[in-house]
Amino acid sequence: MYSRAYKASVTIPPLLWVTVFLLIPYAILFCYSFWSVSPAQVIVHNWNLQDYLQLARNPIYVHVLLRSMRIAASVTVFALLLGYPLAYYLSFHAAKRKDLLYQLVIIPLWASYLVRGYAWKTILGSDGVLNGFLQYLHITHKPVAFFLYSPFAVVITLTHIYTPFTLLPIYASLEHIPRNLVEASHDLGSSPWSTFRRVILPLSLPGVLAGATFAFVLTLGDFLAPLLVGGPSGIMISNVVVSLFGAAYNWPLGAAISFCMMLLVVTLLFITERLEKRLAVS
Amino acid sequence: MNGGFQSPRAPLLLSIYASLVYAFLYFPIVVLVVYSFNGSGVGGFPPAHWTLDWYRQLFGDGALWEAVWNSVIVAVVAVTIALGLGLPAALALERTNFPGKALFRRLVLLPLILPGIITGLSLLMLFVAVGMKLSLVTITLGHGTALISVATTEIFAGLQKLERAQEEASLDLGANHWKTFWRVTFPNLRVALIAAGLLIFTLSLDEIAVSFFLIGRANTLPLEIWSRLRRGITPEINAISTLILVFSIAMILLWYRLRTRLQHAEEARAPLVPASIEGETA
Repeated sequence: MYSRAYKASVTIPPLLWVTVFLLIPYAILFCYSFWSVSPAQVIVHNWNLQDYLQLARNPIYVHVLLRSMRIAASVTVFALLLGYPLAYYLSFHAAKRKDLLYQLVIIPLWASYLVRGYAWKTILGSDGVLNGFLQYLHITHKPVAFFLYSPFAVVITLTHIYTPFTLLPIYASLEHIPRNLVEASHDLGSSPWSTFRRVILPLSLPGVLAGATFAFVLTLGDFLAPLLVGGPSGIMISNVVVSLFGAAYNWPLGAAISFCMMLLVVTLLFITERLEKRLAVS
Repeated sequence: MNGGFQSPRAPLLLSIYASLVYAFLYFPIVVLVVYSFNGSGVGGFPPAHWTLDWYRQLFGDGALWEAVWNSVIVAVVAVTIALGLGLPAALALERTNFPGKALFRRLVLLPLILPGIITGLSLLMLFVAVGMKLSLVTITLGHGTALISVATTEIFAGLQKLERAQEEASLDLGANHWKTFWRVTFPNLRVALIAAGLLIFTLSLDEIAVSFFLIGRANTLPLEIWSRLRRGITPEINAISTLILVFSIAMILLWYRLRTRLQHAEEARAPLVPASIEGETA
């Protein structure tokens, strides 16, 4: 029904832009990952798998990747533990305040990442607000150093940043549960807990899955929180990439790590999308 | 959305838990704002010597305002790019069918979920490959590209809420698709476009992960703050962060109001992607 010219004019400009500014750059990144850096610090276009082999052989990279995945998994778990009950509360119990309370979630979702990361730095620092508070109450006498510059600090900061991202898909899936199903379960004598466990929770799983994917993927790719609050023990895989593109000057190796990350992310998205569809059907 | 059923009253424990999650989400923000008025530095407890000095210092800080100005210019152009390409992309996805549509959708939306580091790095490699110097222009292109995804989902949602009848009437009365678009669809879509523009403007203003790799000599505001964090933190950063937050929150609320004003028109049809969060998709 739409003319060819119309279709072309709505598809070609965005397609062209995305090709030039996303597809081609990804392709260049992929090419880089097969090149190497000569001892004279020049990038040599000799195609081989050296960078990938180095990643597999050098335990440092594997170690940092595993740590990043651990941090990402912790953030995901905490974000779900905080996000799910709040989403449930919003959807089923917020009544008239629903709209207001929903907006209170949207605000930290979109409000400045940097500002919120910085706020945690001022709270967790050794001269920070938390240490000041503990000493004020005479709970501790010296600043507790491990608050800042530790994986703990990264997890707490990123949990704070990504909880709203996790909450929203869960909330959306809870909102889509037909209320008469819940009522039927009540009427048939189920306790609130068993209604939750046997009706609501299974129906909200696609949202949980989407939310968990958000938290995991976005944490895995984060390099700013580790720089802000992580310190040497909180270094994550993206920080390695950043240093390879900066002072360590090995773009090809950095590109190889980035490509692996991208592959991991896309695979994860593919799997969860499949799972979501299956959960939605059954 | 599904009015009617609400459980009579929230279990006490759930209400308490929900309040604690809100407390966690807003605690750092409150601390940040409070300490921007603290005469005795960014940390320590209790805050003492209330003062506006940090704001005074802020208003005399030339480098900071230059960065603000840079950020505004970048954001305005990024909004133009993102809307200019997001509009046709949304029309293509919502109104037409073409081979490769699923792939097209995935590609356009990829920057939503792909960590910023990957978008930033691959664009960096593109700009190096074509010999383009890093500057505000490269940052703008990066923001524009990454935010097409947000524009597309927002406009897509707006299109779903439009009454099709008017468009169909226009077509039946002999107007072609172009005329129908400019005379009927576009005017009806204005609020959605303004709302999307506000959100994209805010996100661009706050963006740091992509900008991090594309920065030339001139700083955007988040990068200016970032470079200052390395030199040590002062409550002046709390003060500028507070202003950023106030601005962001105002814009987000405005966006949300405009967006929900559209909602009454029609129950949303299937979202762009299952379990999508507001304007965000997996």
